[in-house]
This record gives sequence, structure tokens and C-alpha cells, in this order.
Amino acid sequence: MAILINENTRIIVQGFTGKIGSFHAQDMINYGSKVVGGITPGKGGQSHLGLPVFNTVKQAVDQVGAEASIVFVPPAFAADSIMEAADAGIKYCVAITDGIPTQDMMKVKNFLRRFSEDERMILTGPNCAGTISPGRSMLGIMPGHIYMQGNVGIVGRSGTLGYEAADQLKRLGIGVSTSVGIGGDPINGSSHRDILEHFERDPETKVVLMIGEIGGPQEVEAGMFAKEHMTKPLVSYIAGLTAPEGRRMGHAGAIISAAGESAAEKVAMLKDLGVTVAPTPSAMGETVASVLAKLA
Amino acid sequence: MDIHEYQAKEILTEYGVKIADGGLAYSPEDAVQRAREIGGSIWAVKAQIHSGARGKAGGIKLCRSYDDVAKAAEELLGKRLVTHQTGPAGKVCGRLYVEAGTDIAKELYFCLLVDRSSERIVMVGSAQGGMDIEELAQTNPEAITKIYIEPSVGLQDFQARAMAFALGLPVSMINTAVKTINGCYRALRDNDANMLEINPLVVTGKEDLLALDCKMGFDDNALFRRHRIAELRDKTQEDPREMAAADRGLSYVGLDGDIGCMINGAGLAMATMDMIKLAGGEPANFLDVGGGASPERTEKAFRLVLADKNVKAMLVNIFAGINRCDWIAEGVVHAVKKIDMKIPLIVRLSGTNVEEGRRIIAESGLPIITAETLAEAAEKAVQARNEVVAREG
Repeated sequence: MAILINENTRIIVQGFTGKIGSFHAQDMINYGSKVVGGITPGKGGQSHLGLPVFNTVKQAVDQVGAEASIVFVPPAFAADSIMEAADAGIKYCVAITDGIPTQDMMKVKNFLRRFSEDERMILTGPNCAGTISPGRSMLGIMPGHIYMQGNVGIVGRSGTLGYEAADQLKRLGIGVSTSVGIGGDPINGSSHRDILEHFERDPETKVVLMIGEIGGPQEVEAGMFAKEHMTKPLVSYIAGLTAPEGRRMGHAGAIISAAGESAAEKVAMLKDLGVTVAPTPSAMGETVASVLAKLA
Repeated sequence: MDIHEYQAKEILTEYGVKIADGGLAYSPEDAVQRAREIGGSIWAVKAQIHSGARGKAGGIKLCRSYDDVAKAAEELLGKRLVTHQTGPAGKVCGRLYVEAGTDIAKELYFCLLVDRSSERIVMVGSAQGGMDIEELAQTNPEAITKIYIEPSVGLQDFQARAMAFALGLPVSMINTAVKTINGCYRALRDNDANMLEINPLVVTGKEDLLALDCKMGFDDNALFRRHRIAELRDKTQEDPREMAAADRGLSYVGLDGDIGCMINGAGLAMATMDMIKLAGGEPANFLDVGGGASPERTEKAFRLVLADKNVKAMLVNIFAGINRCDWIAEGVVHAVKKIDMKIPLIVRLSGTNVEEGRRIIAESGLPIITAETLAEAAEKAVQARNEVVAREG
């Protein structure tokens, strides 16, 4: 099972022939992901990495049955590429691109709302490391080998902190059903809550680890959703205890600009909602292990 | 990116929003000249720093003579102003805005900003202007009106009218208000601003609506297509270390602690800083070296961290995905040799090619302290820092 992607998911790469797109496309192919082609407008008809190149996403959907896409297109053109994917009938899109203007993302979100819910493309990112269902498919830029297949769902804003969590779990012999990066931007395709909904429906996922950070309301919204609608336990860690107010910590969205956006406040609210919060970033694995042990 | 009040006002006037007469001054002589040009008998001399709440910090002076204007300018230029938004270091005033005194009948609050929750633009207004909006939100939330704008459709007149009425304006001023509000919205949208705040927006004795102050913040991700806005950047208002980092493509935030950090990825960087704190230390900085950290980039990052003289120990924590641990290790060894580092260095590598990376560190012969896990790295960094402090007495 897993969520969003599995061994059968037919993947295309938007920004396929560029340096970054090529590098990661090859890495995904090596991992075993079913990459069926790529898009570079103007290079349609050519072959790249032994796969067909298309001018438009629609052609890739029609000709090779593309279902999922990964976007490596530069920031100025990325929103356009995401909307093209949605329009062509792609079901799931990961936007890796860092630096997309906020107003462009607002447009993308509005464009997606035009589709009825069952026809609407799911978007994760931008500014994320992508999604991996270990042992099945990798739609991202993460080091695939650090993930072990298993029953823990991971959703997080940060790439490397997500790797850290997967590594801690692996050291404890715990595997991952799917790990989803939702990205560090203020306006993103899917929220923590959106991904929790997928994990709740996935029979393989037993526990979910949510890795949040300072800024924005999404972690607490997800905690509220978990309290009301989830049967599976939610474990969380919030990064940025030491982050000063009003300063952007790397991610465009990692800034404390309103009440309730600091790590300490988020942790307090999540605990109130019944979420198990890992006391330190090095205890993410142990905390998940203890929650899993209680299930058995 | 933030800009100054005078720059924001210049933008506003292009969108039909009225402001009081004013001019920029870099010296007391300039300031007096501006006051003469403006005319009248009362002027406000306003320190231009990237912060709100300047009035409370003594950054705005009302003057009733040219002598007063010169004196106010003399006092403010070069002065370090500390507000709750600048942090304890404050910001130095290098420019003044001299403005005509305004006959204020009423002060209002008006703001537009990108709302992360609704993923729309929210317009916020209150008939109780001039005060701290966050305080008002706590004490009297009913006094604040919020109206959400769908960005793909844009602000509609009915929404602007609803705001004008909520601001308590008389019927005779509604059209003026709609024009002002529309102008503000276009100024935000057309320039990729993520915040535009007018506090106060004032009603004059002659029933005019003036933006008496204006603060604008812009989306850094959109500056590539807003060249004019990008040129408004005033580097004197930003932390020089952060500017230097940005010029080198690194993301750096200076803090008050003494354990320097170099980490890849913003989330892991924040988590590592948390871990240092939990181990009993204080991080000196946030530094994300990003993906593809070449030896040159690593050296630049080291120099940046070590430029902070408070730093007593340095922690490198890399979880290599796109990066490879062996590249990072080579970069670290190269940087330590080249810089001639005097303080303890703790390195934790994980991820792609980790064994190779550890071997390079071990075989370098350098006194580098290594750690396997995040917790171990933080503990060793704090311990090393404590030993340095103990030695220094």
C-alpha cells in the first residue's frame, strides 16, 4: 500500500533534460522508480536517459500513461509547470523547486481548486525533498538507501531533518511506509493535515511522525485533525526552539510572525491535543518506537 | 525584504494613495531645506529605519521652527534606535524623512498581508489607529475587521466599501476610501509585497485620507522579477554577516550564543541548534550550507562562522543526500588547514558515503572531534565549549 506512490506509479520528470533534472531522474531510476519519460518544451521527440522527451505534459499522459510528476523547473517558471501538470490530468505532483514567489503559489492553489475534489491533482512542495515509499518508489531527491520499508508514516517540512528521522528509525529496526516532504514555503501544495488524512486511510501505516517547525498554523491544525479524526497515534517534533522571533530561519516559511507560531507554543498546543511530542530531535526514533510498542 | 517609510510612500503615491508633503534628508542642512520647500510652520522629522514603533523609541520629532528641524536632524542622524522590532542591537538611522505637519481628525489602522492559513490576501482594518495592532487584537478583538481577498479575482469594490464603513468613515468619504484601499491593494499585488501596513491612516480636518506612515515587506522569492524593488534594499539596515552570507549563497542568522554551527538543510539546522540548547549550550548562529557544498563553499561557511569572535567551539552536522560525506569531509579538512582554526571542531557526518567521509577526517591528522549521532555531537560541542571557557578562566 503506502500512500501517494508505489512500485506501479508511472512517473514523468518536468525539467527533465536540465542538469539537476537529469541527475535526480537517473537516481530515481536507479532506485527502481517507474520513470516513463520527461518534459522539456521544445525537445519533444528526443530521447534522454533512454526515455522519451515530450513537449507537453498532456502528451506524456496520453502516450506513456504518466500519473505522477516531479518538477525541477526554475522558480520563475515552476508555477506554470505545476498548473500544466494539473491540467493534463496528472494525479500527484512533487515540486522540488525552491524559491517560487508566494503570489505564484496562491495562483497555483486557486487553479487547483477549479477541479472537483476527485479530479484534483495532489501537490506536495514546493521547496521539499519529495516523497518516498521505501522499497517501492522514490519521487524525490533524498538518499533512498537510508529508508527501510515498514509501518511508520513520516510527514515533514524539512528534507535533511526527515533523513535524520528515517535514520534514527532504521537504527532501531523500524521502517517507513511513506515519507512525504511538504516543503518549507509559507504556501504549499499539501499541509501536514492533508497528508495525515492519507496516512489515516492507509492500512499499512500504524503510526505517523510529523516533523514541524516554527511559523504558520499547519502543525496545530494537523494536531486538531488527529484528535478528532485519527485512530492512529501521532508523534511530533517541532524544530526551532532557539529561533528568535521575526527572523527567517532558512526556509521562506520558517519565521515566527504571530502568536502561536513559536516552537514552544506549538509543542504546548500539540500536547494538549494528545499528540506525543519527542522531547529532542535525537529522540524522534525512540519516541516513535515507544508508541509502536504500546500498539503491539 | 523590508524598505523604508519614504520608499513605501513613493510607491503608494504611484497608486493614487495620498500622503503628506515630505522629502528625504541626509543632513541637518538637507532637513531644513526640505522643511522650507514644504512650507507651513510644523514638521515631523522622522528617522528612517527598518522598524515600526519608531515614535516610542524617540525616532519621530515634531518641530515648530527651522532651528528645531536642524536640532532634531542633528540628534537623529547616526543615532541607534532600539524598538521591540529591532532587537536589542537596534538600528542606526542614516536617513531622515521631513514631513509636513498634518491636521489629524482621526487615526485609523489599515493593513494588507499574505495570510498563510487561508492562502489568500487578508485586509485588516480598525477605527482605532495609531496603536499596536497586536495589543488591540488581545484587548479588543471586536475592534478589528478582517476581509479576505481572492488573489486571482482581486479586491472588489464591495469589499473596499465594507472596510471603509468598518473604519467608521462618514458617507461623504467612502469613495475616497475605496480609491485609497484599491490603490494599496494594487501596490501590494503589482510589486510582490507580502505586507503593507499603514498605521496610522489618518482622516484630516478637511476630510481627506492620508497615509501618515507606511511599512512594506516584500517576498524575497519574487525579487528576481521586481528589479526596482530589489534596488531599494538598504544594506545598512541589515546584519552585515547575514548580508555577507547572502552574497555567498548561504543562509545565515546571527544569534547570541558561542557555539558556531554549519549544517545542511534549514530544518536540521534548527533541530541541531535545539539540541545544543538542550545539552546546555547556546548556538552562535543558524547556518544552512544547502545542497552541493563544495570545498570552496565549506571554506566560506567556516570563515563566516569564525568571523563571530564569540564563537568558542564549532559544530558541523551534515546529513548527506545530494551532498556526499566524502566531499564535505574534504571541504572541512581543507578549510581547517587553510584557516588555521584555533577552537575545537566537532563533526558529525551521516548519509551518503559516510564511511569514506569519516575515514578522510580520521586520516587528516587534525584534532577534529567526531560524533555519530545528533545527541552525541551536541553534547561534545557543549563539553568542548565548556573546556575552552574553563581554560580562559
